[in-house]
Amino acid sequence: MEQTEKPRITATGLVRPVSNGPAPVSQSNNGFDASRVPVLSESLDDSELFRMYRLMLLIRRFEETCGQHYSLGNIRGFLHLYIGQEATGIGAITPLEARDYIVTHYRDHGHAIARGLDTNRIMAEMFGKNTGLSKGKGGSMHIFDAPQRFMGGHAIVGAQLPLAAGIALAQQYMETDVVTMVFFGDGATNQGTFHETLNLASVWQLPVIFFMENNLYGMGSAVGRVRHRGSDFSDAMGAYDVDVVSVDGMDVLAVREATQAAIDQVRAHGSPIFIEAKTFRFVGHSFADPGDQYRDRSEVDLWRRRDPLVTYPKRLLEYGVVTESDLDDLSASVDAEIEAAVEFAMNSPNPDMSEAFDDVYA
Amino acid sequence: MTEITFREAITRGLEEAIEADESVFIMGEDIGEYGGAYSVTKGFIEKYGEKRIKDTPISEAAFVGAGVGAASAGLRPVVELMSISFSLVAFDQIVNMAANLRYMSGGQIKVPMVIRAPTGAGVQLGATHSQSFETWLSEVPGMYCACPSNPADALGLLRTAIKSDNPVIFAEHSHLYGSRGDVPEDYYEIPFGEARIDRVGSDLTLVSYGYGVHILREAADAMAEDGIDAEIVDLRSLSPIDYPTVVASVQKTGRAVMLDTARRNGGAMAEIVSEVQERVMDWLDGPIVRVGAKDVPWPYNRGLEQDILPNAEDVVAAAMRVITF
Ligand SMILES: Cc1ncc(C[n+]2csc(CCOP(=O)(O)OP(=O)(O)O)c2C)c(N)n1
Repeated sequence: MEQTEKPRITATGLVRPVSNGPAPVSQSNNGFDASRVPVLSESLDDSELFRMYRLMLLIRRFEETCGQHYSLGNIRGFLHLYIGQEATGIGAITPLEARDYIVTHYRDHGHAIARGLDTNRIMAEMFGKNTGLSKGKGGSMHIFDAPQRFMGGHAIVGAQLPLAAGIALAQQYMETDVVTMVFFGDGATNQGTFHETLNLASVWQLPVIFFMENNLYGMGSAVGRVRHRGSDFSDAMGAYDVDVVSVDGMDVLAVREATQAAIDQVRAHGSPIFIEAKTFRFVGHSFADPGDQYRDRSEVDLWRRRDPLVTYPKRLLEYGVVTESDLDDLSASVDAEIEAAVEFAMNSPNPDMSEAFDDVYA
Repeated sequence: MTEITFREAITRGLEEAIEADESVFIMGEDIGEYGGAYSVTKGFIEKYGEKRIKDTPISEAAFVGAGVGAASAGLRPVVELMSISFSLVAFDQIVNMAANLRYMSGGQIKVPMVIRAPTGAGVQLGATHSQSFETWLSEVPGMYCACPSNPADALGLLRTAIKSDNPVIFAEHSHLYGSRGDVPEDYYEIPFGEARIDRVGSDLTLVSYGYGVHILREAADAMAEDGIDAEIVDLRSLSPIDYPTVVASVQKTGRAVMLDTARRNGGAMAEIVSEVQERVMDWLDGPIVRVGAKDVPWPYNRGLEQDILPNAEDVVAAAMRVITF
């Protein structure tokens, strides 16, 4: 298909859709020109704006607490923290309906919390306890909650993409209006499964949202070092005629707006959309990685200045959505929830040895 | 009873399932317009339409993975690989996803999916197209592996496979598609893990699956001329393995030869011999001997390939080693 419009990269790094399909879903304002509009959001009421912040804070505190318990030896294996990317996960997942599916990768606790899964049971899974969402058999990288349509937690980079296409295929087959959203990182776009799945989704017009969290590094590999065209993702999707939406992943409202529009479009038309959220993990790739060998401190600092856990509550205050005392109350309630989750996990039993043999076959 | 080919048996099993269950659909490369590399699904797309019969891109990882996804969301996909050799491209999706999902989700996800794949060497396709990875895949917990040797078993096992709530590897030896056999008129299913005594004998037990059973029959016929009465056990599935039947037979005969059509080194029989000898040591009159393909990549040249393939003579020679031990 001929491209009618060349992808354009704006000063803020935003990529306009290359297809001549529906209008661009959203452009982020990065929060900078927020004061020009009279309300913080035209579509979301104050309670929803507040709820999003609560979930964001819940993720941050959850992740910090997991870090502590990893150091204590209560959580083992790999631990990939979501710190820094909270605005992306919350903006992406809160507009989904309960009937929509989520598939994600190993950096999954943030997504699980954003989906509203039981914090106790997520924490118990981190601790490997049998009250965990996956009965202690999955671990941090394999969190599942089928009734909530949270379909993992997948730890082979890129492997979750075909799975999501299949779930979307089932929706098309059963003629539902359910949307499937699949998360992955910039590094995963170099896997064959990424290209194969985009092609499949495009030829079969599957109702799936490819949600890439471009945190600019796959472990220690800067996207520009390992990917032709570096961070410009408009090209690859153009090859599959999949609409590209690029959004500032540090701005939770921009992500939410862009994703909401994408969801509406996929629900109505059933064809795939690719969303790229530019974001950053403030911490190492996993808990084993200090995260300072392959990137400059200054780069980390620059992104930390845009910490959504600072900028978003500031906006909420500015617009009078919350008061300082609301924020204090919230902080206390989030701490209490995390504390309770840890207690729940600590006090839960390990799986009985006989459970090793359960759940192998249906 | 009616006599049909192995191919017709599979075709029948698929058609029955498509007609009986709205959630069953078939997907694979060239299964639609082209009719399937081995013509198993010939005419299906005209009959059942593109929704039920999905031609896929040449994209094994994507469409096997999509099968896993569709299965986990409530459908019953039957995915066809053109060759089990191509499973390598989708191994991650088969092993890490299809087989593991249930366990690592603590039992929340089920994957009712069948992966049908022609297998086996012997038609000069060279190293990349002649492999028999059902032996690799049969080791994977969370998944079943069926290897029918005849039309009746193919139909009965396929019915079980499609109804199963677990992923199933359904290995069809390519030599068998044209072979004929009687199939009962009345509906039946054959559960996995139930071996079949293909021939009753008293001197020696021969064990194999799929096309290997035909090699064993030839060997047993040859031995019968020399007055040796061999029993043949057709495993019918490599996962699970029906140890009780194999063990009972070896206890009766005191001797066994086990045949893989895959490479002998690391083949399914390496495992089965090991397990069986642990259970029947006291009954044995000689070592249990394995026969399988020689340990090299599959050569193209006909002479070389035939030399690498195990045949009835190899089985007889192995049997004589056991008998004269
Ligand atoms: C097939 C495979 N290769 C390598 C790894 C090891 N690994 C885990 S995460 C990762 C980096 C992935 O980066 P990206 O996709 O950008 O996601 P991010 O971790 O940044 O969220 C690597 C190399 C793996 N899990 N699977």
